[in-house]
Amino acid sequence: MRTAIVKYNSGNVRSVKYAFDRLGAETVLTDDPEILRTADRVVFPGVGEASTAMAYLRERKLDSVIKALRQPVLAICLGMQILGRTSEESNTACLDILPFAVRRLGGRGIKVPHMGWNTIHDLASPIFKGIADSEHMYFVHSYYVDLCSATIAKTGHGQTFSSAVCHANFYGVQFHPERSGPAGARILENFLNL
Amino acid sequence: MLAKRIIPCLDVKDGRTVKGTRFKDLRDAGDPAELARIYCEQKADELVFLDITATNEKRRVLVDLVSKVAAAIDIPFTVGGGINSVDDIGLLLGAGADKVSINSAALDDPKVLADAAKCFGSQCVVLAIDAKRSGNGWHAYKNGGRTSAGVDAIEWASMGTSFGAGEILLTSIDADGAKKGFDLELYRSVASAVSVPVIASGGAGTKDHFLEIFQECDADAALAATVFHFKEIEVPALKQWLNARGVAVRM
Repeated sequence: MRTAIVKYNSGNVRSVKYAFDRLGAETVLTDDPEILRTADRVVFPGVGEASTAMAYLRERKLDSVIKALRQPVLAICLGMQILGRTSEESNTACLDILPFAVRRLGGRGIKVPHMGWNTIHDLASPIFKGIADSEHMYFVHSYYVDLCSATIAKTGHGQTFSSAVCHANFYGVQFHPERSGPAGARILENFLNL
Repeated sequence: MLAKRIIPCLDVKDGRTVKGTRFKDLRDAGDPAELARIYCEQKADELVFLDITATNEKRRVLVDLVSKVAAAIDIPFTVGGGINSVDDIGLLLGAGADKVSINSAALDDPKVLADAAKCFGSQCVVLAIDAKRSGNGWHAYKNGGRTSAGVDAIEWASMGTSFGAGEILLTSIDADGAKKGFDLELYRSVASAVSVPVIASGGAGTKDHFLEIFQECDADAALAATVFHFKEIEVPALKQWLNARGVAVRM
């Protein structure tokens, strides 16, 4: 089984690749549309800024490639956010694969970025097999996905938001499974076993 | 609920850890990746690597070290020391670092914070502030605490975050190494001036010092080096002890 990791100007592609390597998965870091289309699994990482990431994807026509994927896709952090319709970050039009909008975190006394280990709740997907409710995951983000029909996990920081979403073959996680210890590794393993 | 973070800090020179440790189960006490792996198993929440070589010709060694650490551990880590430009940051993040911390370069020209935030996002830009008491306030110091930058540390914290830093690593030069506890007053002053998370550093000597900074200042994270390396305080025991006293930690 081959897992393709979308190569783009995102900070954490290397750590995502290492995390799959630790699981013994065969991975390839690529922006080649043909390799992405034919891979068994596709991982779409993301750390960075929404408009910069979208401009990069459009320039290389990766936006339409990602939209057309039919195998299980795991989008991480900013990757998950740009699956949605729009983001308040630089008012960016995103991939429009899922029907949510992305908003800026905030509120009285709420620290932004939301940074550190927070708990995930109401887990409703096979990618959470073996993961306990209230397990800690590592988060680092300033924007969030509201609760919606695609929500499969919730987390609170100022407000309750979607810490994971799923629609058809697209899975998104706001936290970083590649940096979330053994529990994060289990989620990656579950994704490979979908 | 967001957990309070416990962060061991490792000083590295020419790609090796310095200051020494008392970990007997290490195959190689000088190998940062090896020490990182042990802290990771102990459920440290994050690690910070401070490169004290930080000369340009040694930069390659640091990049190699970062990829080795990134491959070995599954918790986030920050790299700091001698980072001057967006190119430096790109190299380190590209090798697998989650965040970079910037001190002197930002004091010389705060624009580096804005450029880094635009390229990579605020979440990976940590502003390291070494603060030393001066009169009724604190001054920010550069060059490893040797030179006063002549600016007020609290104002600098606020300015640095407006330029784009997403976190502050706040070290009290006065408290550092004294093992008499974190500087609570300094922490409160900085934390109330900014809305980003602030890591308290300098002065940890006992478990009570960690409890103090979390309970009295509601600190986001606490960093220490010696007490962890010399096993005067062990991370798992510290977390259990804090948890028993009502501090939200990741067990």
